[in-house]
Amino acid sequence: MEAVVSDAPETLMALTLTVNGDRVRVAVSPTRTLLELLRYDLGLTGTKQGCDKGDCGACTVLLDGRPVNACITLALSVEGARVDTVEGLADGPRLHPLQDAFVRLGAAQCGFCTSGVLLSAKALLAENPAPARLQIKQALSGNLCRCTGYTKILDAVEDAARALCSKGQQP
Amino acid sequence: MIVGTKIPRKEGLQKVTGAARYVDDIVFPDMLHGVTVRSTAPRGKIKAIHFAPSIRWNEFTVITAKDIPGKNYVALITYDQPFLADTVINHPEEPVVLLAHHDKHVLEEARRAVTIEVEALPPVLTIEESLAKTQIVWGQDNSPHENIFKEYTVVKGDVAAAFARQDVSLFEAEYATGAQEQLYIENNGMIATYSAQDGVTVWGSMQCPYYVHKGLLPLFALGDDKVRVIQTETGGGFGGKEEYPTLLAGHAALLAMKAGKPVKMIYDRQEDMAATTKRHPSKTRVKSAVTKDGDLVGLDIDFVIDGGAYNTLSPVVLSRGTIHSAGPYHTPNVRVHSRAVATNSPPHGAFRGFGAPQSIFALERHLDEVARKMALDPVALRKRNFIRQGETTATSQTIREPVDLAAVLDKALAAADYDAKKKRFLAMNPSSVVKRGIGFATFMHGAGFTGSGEKTLASVVGVEALANGHVRVLAASTEIGQGTNTVFAQIVSDTLALPYDMIDVAQPDTRDVPNSGPTVASRTCMVVGKLVQSAAIGLEQTLVNAGDYKHGAGADAFAAACAKYIAKHGSLKCYSQYQQPANVEWDDKKYQGDAYATYAWAAYVAEVSVDMATYEIRCDDFVAAQEIGRVVHPVLAEGQIEGGVAQGIGYAIYEKVVWKEGRMANGQMTNYIMPTSADAPPIRVLFDEQPSPHGPFGAKGIGELPMDGPAPAILNAIAMALDVSPRAIPFLPEDLMALVKK
Repeated sequence: MEAVVSDAPETLMALTLTVNGDRVRVAVSPTRTLLELLRYDLGLTGTKQGCDKGDCGACTVLLDGRPVNACITLALSVEGARVDTVEGLADGPRLHPLQDAFVRLGAAQCGFCTSGVLLSAKALLAENPAPARLQIKQALSGNLCRCTGYTKILDAVEDAARALCSKGQQP
Repeated sequence: MIVGTKIPRKEGLQKVTGAARYVDDIVFPDMLHGVTVRSTAPRGKIKAIHFAPSIRWNEFTVITAKDIPGKNYVALITYDQPFLADTVINHPEEPVVLLAHHDKHVLEEARRAVTIEVEALPPVLTIEESLAKTQIVWGQDNSPHENIFKEYTVVKGDVAAAFARQDVSLFEAEYATGAQEQLYIENNGMIATYSAQDGVTVWGSMQCPYYVHKGLLPLFALGDDKVRVIQTETGGGFGGKEEYPTLLAGHAALLAMKAGKPVKMIYDRQEDMAATTKRHPSKTRVKSAVTKDGDLVGLDIDFVIDGGAYNTLSPVVLSRGTIHSAGPYHTPNVRVHSRAVATNSPPHGAFRGFGAPQSIFALERHLDEVARKMALDPVALRKRNFIRQGETTATSQTIREPVDLAAVLDKALAAADYDAKKKRFLAMNPSSVVKRGIGFATFMHGAGFTGSGEKTLASVVGVEALANGHVRVLAASTEIGQGTNTVFAQIVSDTLALPYDMIDVAQPDTRDVPNSGPTVASRTCMVVGKLVQSAAIGLEQTLVNAGDYKHGAGADAFAAACAKYIAKHGSLKCYSQYQQPANVEWDDKKYQGDAYATYAWAAYVAEVSVDMATYEIRCDDFVAAQEIGRVVHPVLAEGQIEGGVAQGIGYAIYEKVVWKEGRMANGQMTNYIMPTSADAPPIRVLFDEQPSPHGPFGAKGIGELPMDGPAPAILNAIAMALDVSPRAIPFLPEDLMALVKK
């Protein structure tokens, strides 16, 4: 990609989307990524930048319920979409069962991959409320974690799935 | 008791809600971004720096070595590494120019518009070239030490006599390990501000705030109180944020001083992987003398690591690798000769295990080869030679605490169903395209700094009580995911018989916390935790002496006593400083004595499958059994082992740094492959607890241990499955193909 030339005035374009349930209208550059929009324009820094190439999954958010790498998603491409980030997971002070399980079972160590993992897991449980271990492994295989060796993450997702099923809740 | 329970981690809530603030989440008004322009040649002389006229350079803050107000070296063990290369280039990622601008995109364009003109000199790129002294790239003084950062010789008994015995068989082979990237998910990053009144302040991702502090003092020629270092929430370290952050902090601060504005520098993944430290590549030649019954009577080991272009921590990495090279065996005659050599790669540095994974890989592979050649059972061979209480290590250290590594091994083998699986795989493999194998490794890992290191560090920890009875731990030991905050709070909670919620751990900030030493060497829980405990005891004693409190009187009584004391004296703090235990003695000259106060002991078993149609290698199952003293927090401790094992699996069969002219050619996660959730096997963690007097509540070190065992266990499993002798890691499908087609 060509670098942005400093003389060129930035053309900003209007964008409307729903972020964590709130309707948002912003003016963004055509080169802005969804990750930059969330972190720099909306101040939602819970979504992390780990590689900026779609390799590590630290920037995973839900786009109309599907997990995407926000770092390789252009902001303007999500016009009208619903975006969910880690900041919208809890219901006020009440943690989402995934968050609760991650704290209790030690699934978050350094925490840098955690936001992305939580959202990939949320998408999985929405589609498959009682996933097998192998299905969880595959669903999270785009979220790299260097701390945990994944064991506690898989345990936590299983735990949250059970909690959600027993409460009859939608993830 | 809170120690031994699964209490939730202190900062867990912030981490699962996205509220935790990492360095790149912090923004200051009017802040600039900074980038580094690096050399491209591995070795040479800087002839000129060209700034392309297409850029309006007056919009930028530009720094070269000429702008440095103090000394241009990174103060660590030696002062050979510059913050910015002035005239000489010693590796291809050498920083030369720093740029700052408020617009990141414009900045990137400018970085590409700077050209460093280098008169190239022939580089030294491998251990062999460095030892052959094809070029002298470090320490030019016509002495035998040219190109050698450090050299050790450890001698116990009489190796020559052992090798000359008539009743022994002799074995010899060379083993190699590759570089490995730490690959914390949060890249290195720093923010710096500068003012004439306050001096330099930096915020950033780091393991060792006082290393950064020590490095910035000479760079700016400032006094202690004019440099302040604050750790932000840190997204993993594994050694990769031990020494390197000093360099980045210096760069950000140089830009901030000249710009007169805050400057943020965050590496992107490619730069972080290519320019920052990695695990030292190594070569180990192991010679052994073994009786027909399997007594290991002699070991002669030559261990060499590639230190890269500057000394950094290589002498200490070499030391740990040297001491661990003879393993957990009571071999009566040992000679270890080791060297850290200079090459024109970026400096290699700290990475979990710190030299031990390299030399342990060599020995544990070697012993399996010895067993195979002598038709001995590899389990029986190990058990026959395990060190026992009262026996001595390679440095003639007498193991005073009880140790039963045979029991740990039995536990691991039973959990892995080793005997039955081995039998079944050997029967099935001849008729199967997918060959299966099971292998193991046994090892020890010393906790805390090597030799006289802890004595030299003389770490200090503080504990402060507030008027509401809350207690704050004051230490520079960082939370980097491993659980420092939680473990310290547990220790204080149980020591003072106060609720866990009344204990906080201060964010490391050199203005507020004493130097408790670096967060490295499996020392935080054991060494620093013990200081936390003694400081807490001292604090309570202050209240008892004041006549206002009695141990166990409860939270309300404690709060009342604190309020009264603070009202009278202003504050209530107690500090504790490390004292070397009387029976721990180390001779730095002879490299003999108590290398570590205590050791953790482990046996790891790996099961693999190898597809002979595709040469794909998978680790299917893993059992990690270890004796680590008292387990302070079972969930955090298991997490340390599981994470370390996954890194070890990557080290063994996935993670390959591809070198091109001294530079990492695959600096991205696309083709530097670390294990994903789909690759990681089930990891079963088993603990034995033999409380040690050296740690709080009997705890020992744990963080580095799990890095040592996976690679030899996995390669031993591959060797069993295929009846081959792989001697180098990473062992990738192409390496397997080359080995079996030979």
